[in-house]
Amino acid sequence: MSSRLSTGGKLIDRSLSKEFMFNGRRLKGFEGDTLASALLANDQVMVGRSFKYHRPRGIVASGSEEPNALMETGSGSKLEPNQRATTTKLFDGMRVKSQNHWPTLEFDLGAINSTFSKFFPAGFYYKTFIHPRFAWKYLFEPIIRKAAGLGNAPKEKDCDTYEYFYAHVDLLIIGGGIAGLAAASSAVKSGLKVLIVEQNDYWGGRAIVDEINIENGSGSDWIYQQVKSLSNEKNVNLRLNMMAAGVYDHGYVLLHETLTDGSNKKMELRQRLWRVRAKQTIVATGAIERPLAFAGNDLPGVMLASAVRDYLVNFGVSCGDRTVIVTNNDDAYRTAILMKNAGLEVPCIIDARPSVSESLSKQVQSLGIKILTGKAVSTVTGSKRVEGVAICSHAGSGEVLETVACDCVAMSGGWSPVVHLWSHCGGKLEWDKKNYMFKPDLTSAPLGANGEGMLTVAGTANGFLISRDVLSDGYTKSKEIIKALTGKVPKISMEKAHSGDESEILPVWFMPQGATRKLKSKTWLDFQNDVKVSDVELAAQEGFESVEHTKRYTTLGMATDQGKLSNINGLAVLSNSLNVSIPDVGTTTFRPPFQPISLGAIAGEARHELFKPIRKTSIHNWINANGGVWEPVADWRRPFCFQRNGESIKEAVEREIVNTRTNCGILDASTLGKILVKGPDAARFLDMIYTNVMSNLKVGKCRYGLMCSENGFLSDDGVVARLSDDSYLCHTTSGGSDRIHAHMEEWLQTEWWDWKVYTLNLTEQFSQIAIVGPKARQLIEKMGVDGLDLSPEGLPFMGFSEGFIAGISVRIFRISFSGELSYEIAVPALKAQEFWDLALISGEEFEVMPYGTEALHVMRAEKGFIMIGDETDGTVIPQDLGLDWAISKKKEDFIGKRAQMRSFMKSENRWKLVGLKTIDPSVVLPDGCYAVDGESNSYGHKNMIGRVTSSYFSPTLERSIALALVENGPDRMNEILNFPNLDGSVTKAAICDPVFFDKEGKNQNV
Amino acid sequence: MLLINCPFCKERNETEFVYGGPVGVDRPDPNAVADQEWVDFLTLVPNPTGPVFEKWWHARGCGEWFVICRDTVTHEILESPDEKS
Ligand SMILES: [Zn+2]
Repeated sequence: MSSRLSTGGKLIDRSLSKEFMFNGRRLKGFEGDTLASALLANDQVMVGRSFKYHRPRGIVASGSEEPNALMETGSGSKLEPNQRATTTKLFDGMRVKSQNHWPTLEFDLGAINSTFSKFFPAGFYYKTFIHPRFAWKYLFEPIIRKAAGLGNAPKEKDCDTYEYFYAHVDLLIIGGGIAGLAAASSAVKSGLKVLIVEQNDYWGGRAIVDEINIENGSGSDWIYQQVKSLSNEKNVNLRLNMMAAGVYDHGYVLLHETLTDGSNKKMELRQRLWRVRAKQTIVATGAIERPLAFAGNDLPGVMLASAVRDYLVNFGVSCGDRTVIVTNNDDAYRTAILMKNAGLEVPCIIDARPSVSESLSKQVQSLGIKILTGKAVSTVTGSKRVEGVAICSHAGSGEVLETVACDCVAMSGGWSPVVHLWSHCGGKLEWDKKNYMFKPDLTSAPLGANGEGMLTVAGTANGFLISRDVLSDGYTKSKEIIKALTGKVPKISMEKAHSGDESEILPVWFMPQGATRKLKSKTWLDFQNDVKVSDVELAAQEGFESVEHTKRYTTLGMATDQGKLSNINGLAVLSNSLNVSIPDVGTTTFRPPFQPISLGAIAGEARHELFKPIRKTSIHNWINANGGVWEPVADWRRPFCFQRNGESIKEAVEREIVNTRTNCGILDASTLGKILVKGPDAARFLDMIYTNVMSNLKVGKCRYGLMCSENGFLSDDGVVARLSDDSYLCHTTSGGSDRIHAHMEEWLQTEWWDWKVYTLNLTEQFSQIAIVGPKARQLIEKMGVDGLDLSPEGLPFMGFSEGFIAGISVRIFRISFSGELSYEIAVPALKAQEFWDLALISGEEFEVMPYGTEALHVMRAEKGFIMIGDETDGTVIPQDLGLDWAISKKKEDFIGKRAQMRSFMKSENRWKLVGLKTIDPSVVLPDGCYAVDGESNSYGHKNMIGRVTSSYFSPTLERSIALALVENGPDRMNEILNFPNLDGSVTKAAICDPVFFDKEGKNQNV
Repeated sequence: MLLINCPFCKERNETEFVYGGPVGVDRPDPNAVADQEWVDFLTLVPNPTGPVFEKWWHARGCGEWFVICRDTVTHEILESPDEKS
């Protein structure tokens, strides 16, 4: 069993005990424990179930590479799924649940998948769920959805907060082991601004566990001294609990800092996402031990040899009373020696190599540990945890020679440098033929903005496995970087680590060499996603030669650990099956993040009202307090209508329309875009921007204009007012102000850069208030005008004037989007609420009422006015909408003209604007519904001949009305079209003129 | 995350900018080209590899359009506009 030893544990404090709950069981740990070490201390070896077969899974590793021990921690608004037990700090009162099993961890019904595992080979999902098609939707998908995914998404809102942090440094060092610390101390002495980060909550990395010697002292002492002297320096920032998630172009690095352990029940700042721009980066991220692939290697109790060592040294936890070591290299012998010295049994070391060095074998045998060279594990015995190993010759097919009882298997297949960050931004890898691993190819570094390397790798991450070389590489690399940054060669006293040489590793990608198919189908490569040696071999047989394809077909390395343990073994097996070398097969692409990071950290403060700030007009608060029913319009909020007590929304809209057409309405039109275009070439410029002529517009007059894209399609519309000879005010749609301003600037700056024109977006400087209806003129006159003549002659339709209303400086436009007598009054934004209040007071006797966007929409549709985004969708040209009158025939050129001349833009079959009246006047056609002609195309689909673009009930006409685009529609007046509904019924409507109300315009010309 | 040199704002993050395509394609005289040539101009945007002069717009900044020379393979920025004020 696994247990806590009575002594030892560098990272724990035995005087502070911590109680926690695991699956409802009360367990004990110590301050400094990770969740994983605490579970092992309580003999909780099984911690989860695998993804596909629901096989029992135990803790394999001690760090971020852990594939199995994913836990749900906390509850309610503090619930966090998929927390790695190996990197999660234990705290008092912690509540933890294991995942991916039903009903319990010990007894899981999903494990039946394992019994049928031969029916779930590689590519099973692709092969099985293709046919019959309907079964996917009704049968397979619901079942797979239920079974898929790890953990449960939290149901409550996360109560914690997260933030971003930005930093600029000369040198970023990722990894706080001996190489990283050596680099930091040299760089700091050279005066560089340094940030050094370490993902663990302690400095030193593996050197803490694998007690090494530096100069005349221990590695631990050296680390302590380095950190102590760095802490006194001003030009370095040392951060623990900070994981480098990704490296991006030009020295941009994303780092994730964990600030608290989650023990606080109240809201707290939980994590911080750092965005660092570094002139240079040193990656000193060490290496990850590789598992060995043998039958039964997924049983709880089979662990990485380095992890067994870590739990012993750092946490005083024994992973087993009897530990068998399986290895192909010298490093795992460290585990054997430490376990034995701690008084634990190590029955044997199974070494696949034919021999080991004399000194090592002497050292180990003197402790009473048997070495079995040239041997391998045939299979691990046990059902829910390790009970023993069956040993065979590595050279054979797995014939069992002897069986050894044990409760832990410590395996080592060698080490793989953590090259992820090097690779994120284009660093290439090379195959190290001596150590059988991929390491950074320093001749192909990721390049920065100046075309030179922006990132280098030092220490174990650079392929050095012996502490002597690791430390010296840390110094060497920092020297190079300091020289690159300062131009000076620094004087660095390079301290030395002392370590002997190790014997060569034997490449073992699965064992034994000639393992039978039966053994291979029990030999795991990817523990989380259940990918076995036999699956990768099957993929190769089926023709998957690319490692990227094999990965997706088998799901190897696609789990949340992203193949940190499985990748190299998997592609070695693939290369074996394909009979090509490992470097020729290559690796899959490494992508950020290195470790999963929470969505909360990614969102940062962009949550709730800060997620997307709302633009508010000056009247916003009044609208909010007076029954406004909000709807989003671009980034603005506008009132759909003003609802009164006891009134439905439909009733409110109808009341607003009827009142506006009979008395007077007031509208906050401030969201309208207002762009000032000024300069000697302003007229010439607007002639290019608009389809109609703007250069002949008289000062003091307005003109409705259309803007198209270079493709000819209608993009925006609005009224243009000529303020003076060289200046125009261009109104855009509410959603179009920024886009159109950008459009104008792009043309001015990139195409007509020598034209003398300036543009200015004044949208928020002026509020615009529309006073609309038969009594509009009386209302404004009542407010008191100064310097304005509102008579039909003084301010005719499509004219504007400047002056004062109620003492407020205004520009008043006589334009109409409703067909009524209408004035749009621009006032300085800060005066808008005052103006609005005064208008309501003066308007009382004229029964003025505010109206919302829906009344605006219905009134414009009654008049057949188009709306950008309703009647247009990016495929509609103005000619389709009967707007030929607004397209100049005289101008040589304007944006969109050439595109509109293309033959298919003149086709008779284009869908064109018409009105529709349903045969039953009470039926309102659904927005966007299609008309069909009764014929079918070659696919058996009904031919579509038109679609509804706007559809309303008109209280003015007391019937439904609609605008539509219909194939050759204007030539089909009075034809009755069929509009199928979703329920199979058909609505009939007759084509009519799109102007439903007051075609002569007598209402607005008064 | 490219670091782009705006002539007014100096080095800023890529996310502040909008890419405007390579320079060097002149807008043809609309009255002198056939339909197909016009469609090609609108739709066949060149996408070369290696050093390319390209337009960028400082959309979330000062609003300036300017030209840089960027290697589209290595992201090396070979030329930036002169500083303005
Ligand atoms: Zn700028």
